[in-house]
Amino acid sequence: MSQFMGTDYFDLESLLSEDELAIQNMVYDFVRKEFMPLIHEHHQNETFPVGIVQKLGELGLLGANLPQEYGSAGVTDVAYGLIMHELERGDSGLRSFASVQGSLVMYPIWRYGSKEQKEKWLPKLASGEAIGCFGLTEPDYGSNPSGMIARARRQGDSYILNGTKMWITNGTLADLSLVWAKDENDIVRGFLVEKGTPGFTAQKMTGKLSLRVSDTAELILGDCRIPAENVLPGIEGMKGPLSCLTQARYGISWGVIGAAMACYEIALQYAKDRVQFDKPIGAYQLTQKKLVEMVTEITKAQLMAIQLGRLKEKGKMRHQQVSMAKMSNVAMARDVARTAREILGANGIMEDYHVMRHMMNLETVYTYEGTHEINTLVVGSDITGLDAFQ
Amino acid sequence: MKICVLIKQVPSSDALIKLNNDSTWIKEDTVVFAINESDSFALEEALQIKEQTGEGEVVVVSLGPDRVQRAIREALAKGADRGIRIKESFPYSSDPFEIASLFAAAIKDDKFDLILSGLQSDDLGSGQTGVILGELLGMSTATLVVETKLSGESIRVKRELESGWFQWVTMPLPASITIQSGINSPRYASLKGIMSAKKKEIRLIEKKELSGSIPSLQSIEHVYFPQKTKRTEMIEGSVDQVVEKLTEIIQRNY
Repeated sequence: MSQFMGTDYFDLESLLSEDELAIQNMVYDFVRKEFMPLIHEHHQNETFPVGIVQKLGELGLLGANLPQEYGSAGVTDVAYGLIMHELERGDSGLRSFASVQGSLVMYPIWRYGSKEQKEKWLPKLASGEAIGCFGLTEPDYGSNPSGMIARARRQGDSYILNGTKMWITNGTLADLSLVWAKDENDIVRGFLVEKGTPGFTAQKMTGKLSLRVSDTAELILGDCRIPAENVLPGIEGMKGPLSCLTQARYGISWGVIGAAMACYEIALQYAKDRVQFDKPIGAYQLTQKKLVEMVTEITKAQLMAIQLGRLKEKGKMRHQQVSMAKMSNVAMARDVARTAREILGANGIMEDYHVMRHMMNLETVYTYEGTHEINTLVVGSDITGLDAFQ
Repeated sequence: MKICVLIKQVPSSDALIKLNNDSTWIKEDTVVFAINESDSFALEEALQIKEQTGEGEVVVVSLGPDRVQRAIREALAKGADRGIRIKESFPYSSDPFEIASLFAAAIKDDKFDLILSGLQSDDLGSGQTGVILGELLGMSTATLVVETKLSGESIRVKRELESGWFQWVTMPLPASITIQSGINSPRYASLKGIMSAKKKEIRLIEKKELSGSIPSLQSIEHVYFPQKTKRTEMIEGSVDQVVEKLTEIIQRNY
């Protein structure tokens, strides 16, 4: 019997180490017992269960693939992917929290930050004592972030930040915001803005019908003065934020398989239990075709994710490959969730069956961190040598 | 404080059970195994006692085939210091007396102050191993424990009795105690715990090295699913007639 907790049609287990399996099992268990009992309340109230952050930190689940030097667990990239898989099997909002914390805040500080910045922030972010957010997208600049309006003006030992960032996950919760803005030379730089800095406000965005268990905010910077040493010294230009997005997209490409698996397993069970015309609906060819296509697509996504992870561990992963995996696996999960909803009939729209929540969440995942279309064009450009959007 | 925790790996509670061909046990290859629930609470209690006293070690002991290694690793990942596995090729071939005798032989030189185990296993549910082991090693024993308080050379435990009654018992150490589920909140293994677990020692002992003079007192003859039967009989008439009929049925069947 597979030790992998979940659908494993092609013996994924044999491609995982003992530690990776133990980590997957643990996170599966943790999400089931500690997070799922909270899900309906937070989904209804459009709130993030902040109490879980410290637990995630204690277990080492935040920025888990970064080296141990600054308090992270230092697990393999595949183990990191499996963590995202299990978190998103609970809810895309939970995985989004961890993606932002680990890939979009801890990763750039670790990769581009000064020694002081690393020492000050990484242990706190790893333990969950501090929460981070990543401010890149602006109201008018989504797929073309390089057009950003946000500005940073040097004044003595300070930078003065002005601008607005939108759709920022963890925005109102964050103790630390990594804000990307252009300096006087029109070069994009990363700035660390601490909670409570005068001129900085984070406003919660409400009314979302997707990713409701996720804190989304608008960040407003009005003559926000920060110390000059809060700039990330190790990076200039768009490759800074884009390299972070590559990390986050990697996690998404694993995470959405978890959401798809949750939907598939619920639909499979339902199809075996639900009797119509004197037999389970799973006995009808139309339903079987749906279930078979779901498990087939999940299996393909798993194999793509694991190979991508092993390439990443060898330092051979290219960002275009990550775009392909993000694009392909999110589209897969979105389709699987929708098909699961169909199989469940009327029950499919009820919160107790979870699939509609996943389905709504995946609408966001489909267009964030690089829309499906932009990631498609990244791969298009890679294979043809011809840029379609730049 | 040296604490031993007995861990049994059992089919997980949501496992789909199928019987083997000669109905002597279940088909293991279709089942996911997990640490017996009350044993997880025993392990947590041991880890907390070690953390409170600030010294000593927690050793997990288990009997079974190779799959049991995983349960021991999980306990090590949660914080146990080392493991002992008695290797048994055919699972479920030992009865509680035999298992306790094997454990006694394996750990007698360790001179544990405390042995903790779950109150019973979720598969066979004999509920005897911890007590017999305590007796064999000349320890005090208590079952169904829902709270522990350690003080010097003795331990005070709260036992769950019937009908909502509890009992406090103070016993000298060393003691073997069986733990009721719900006594604490078992922790999850952290990632660092998982990654450091494989550096911890698991001593492997062949069952035959220990079992020389231990008699086998029980064996499983036959296992079967509870037979589901349902029969409805409508009783009609006045209250007195219904009561009389009911009494008659109950007397006839019991």
